[in-house]
Amino acid sequence: MSASTPTSTDFGTMETQFRAKRAAGRKLLVPYVTGGLEGWQQAIRAAADNGADAIEIGLPFSDPVMDGPVIQEASQRALDAGININIIFDQVRELDVEIPLAVMCYYNTIHHAGHERFAHLLDAAGIVAAIVPDLPLEESGPWCTAADAEGIETVMLAAPTAPDERLPRIAARARGFVYSVGLLGVTGERTSLAASATSLAGRLKAITDVPVLVGVGVSNAEQAREACLIADGVIQGASVVKRLMDHGPEAVGDYVAEVRAAITF
Amino acid sequence: MSIMAEPSAEGRFGEFGGRYVPETLVPACQELEAAFREAWSDPTFVTELDDLLRDYAGRPSILTECHNLGAQLGIRLLLKREDLNHTGSHKINNVLGQALLAKRMGKTRLVAETGAGQHGVASATAAALMGMSCKVYMGAVDVERQALNVFRMKLLGSEVEAVQSGSRTLKDAVNEAMRDWVANVGETHYCLGSVMGPHPYPWMVREFHRVVGKEAFAQCNALLDGPPDVVVACVGGGSNAIGIFSGFVDTTARLIGVEPAGGAAVGRGVPGVVHGMRSYLMQDEYGQVQEAQSISAGLDYPGVGPEHSYLSSIGRAEYPAVTDAEVIEAFKMMARSEGIIPALESAHALAWIVREAPTMQGQVVLMNLSGRGDKDVEQMMEILG
Ligand SMILES: Cc1ncc(COP(=O)(O)O)c(C=O)c1O
Repeated sequence: MSASTPTSTDFGTMETQFRAKRAAGRKLLVPYVTGGLEGWQQAIRAAADNGADAIEIGLPFSDPVMDGPVIQEASQRALDAGININIIFDQVRELDVEIPLAVMCYYNTIHHAGHERFAHLLDAAGIVAAIVPDLPLEESGPWCTAADAEGIETVMLAAPTAPDERLPRIAARARGFVYSVGLLGVTGERTSLAASATSLAGRLKAITDVPVLVGVGVSNAEQAREACLIADGVIQGASVVKRLMDHGPEAVGDYVAEVRAAITF
Repeated sequence: MSIMAEPSAEGRFGEFGGRYVPETLVPACQELEAAFREAWSDPTFVTELDDLLRDYAGRPSILTECHNLGAQLGIRLLLKREDLNHTGSHKINNVLGQALLAKRMGKTRLVAETGAGQHGVASATAAALMGMSCKVYMGAVDVERQALNVFRMKLLGSEVEAVQSGSRTLKDAVNEAMRDWVANVGETHYCLGSVMGPHPYPWMVREFHRVVGKEAFAQCNALLDGPPDVVVACVGGGSNAIGIFSGFVDTTARLIGVEPAGGAAVGRGVPGVVHGMRSYLMQDEYGQVQEAQSISAGLDYPGVGPEHSYLSSIGRAEYPAVTDAEVIEAFKMMARSEGIIPALESAHALAWIVREAPTMQGQVVLMNLSGRGDKDVEQMMEILG
């Protein structure tokens, strides 16, 4: 193990829970909900009640380069409604769900707030982890230092394009879980699971015992099941957000229940 | 060592630059950096590019002295005529370099963003010449105000997609081009149009535009006793400015990068991270990137290339802003006094010169005329009535 890998006594809240659930034979399910989108708090509660193991809360950003049309639209709607991180964090405090909460945010949101201050804001809101899709390993130092100090788990992403030598370095820096990017492309629903989804998850599973979750392009219960044959779990983004925008929070609950059933082997 | 040396290993100019991209693109950026480094030190590549620049783009571009305007303003005004290049702007220098490099790397497809359409036209041109396919992303607002260039790109065989997200201008076109690159990174090269984006782009694009500064330096030497007193260029992402600055950065000449008042990244921005780089950026109190507002599609950008942020931070270059109204006056002035219709982008540089001429009496001012105004004539027809 590399020097920066935490020992079992200091895994964060999310990783501790994920490892325990995995050991008990459960696949991990992390729905993504855009913060500030109409009905988002109810959607999170519905997801938590129907088998989610953690929630990824998207912080809307003006320039979401890793997101496809669905999440772009959700972000834009939230921004147009005047949402900002202060409002979102206030509303997160009202959530009172039992499962860990993570944020997905673009790096400028952190950079602008200041690393230490942002880590503190997350902690104060009861958020335990952060996923920053435009902050690759080489640029992650300043944020990770601040996050580690505040006990915020920084999830690292690994992409299908990564050469073998890169994966162990990503896994060593990952806290909570490793986000195994399912395909070459941005978030959004696809008709089938890309072959790269299971192959990258397999490559990661072979080199790390940090939980490996597949996200981006896992678009329905069937695809989630397929991914979970190899991975420890899945992140469901566009398919959740689309249901919230089209049918409201209960539809999110129903969908999470459906995926949970599909990944219960 | 020159002030414009190679950036650090992490792609930084001082505290600016870097490589803030999704994981998927990290290997592609590393590969591009290695390929560029190798090609740029290979005489075969350099010669091939020089030949293209001479025999296809029409370099060297000439230096024109504006006797009428100079007399009017009480200065000696020299224009570096990038407007006379094939496709009508400086953009072709960078595009021929990148397309040649992409081909060398085995890529078969180019994607590009464009604001005014000049970079899109140049990319479409290079793709046609080199037998590559090309897709250009352009904000829907710009598709409308630069209709002529949209048609030119299509004539050249490129696909043009009108981007409907965000502010529907240049910044959103960059986002969409990056999304395309993430999805098609194997066969696709992202032909970025300015000295911005993740490392190695700001450095590589600067190197491809060095030819402007190198030629201008030699031309000034032949004409004058030393360097000009002032070197002026407009700044969107900053490629034409960095090109001409590169010839004079280690001289005593003042360097002036002129931004539009509605897109003054250096003037009004604070450091931020978007489009793969850390640089000055117009943003709100929560770090949301603000929409730029400019009459000129090519300068309608809330950020700026990182090396400009660096040159500003060390005090080597100045970045004043001019208003749309000043630009329109300068545009008309150059047409009437010199018989040259400038691109609206380039007219920003002249607008600053006109405004500041009283403080520069008797000085030699070199301006980069980055492009010609044919593409803007329709828009100006509407504005001027
Ligand atoms: C003629 C001309 N000048 C300047 C620019 C701005 O780009 P840069 O700042 O990279 O030179 C453009 C961009 O479209 C342009 O067409």
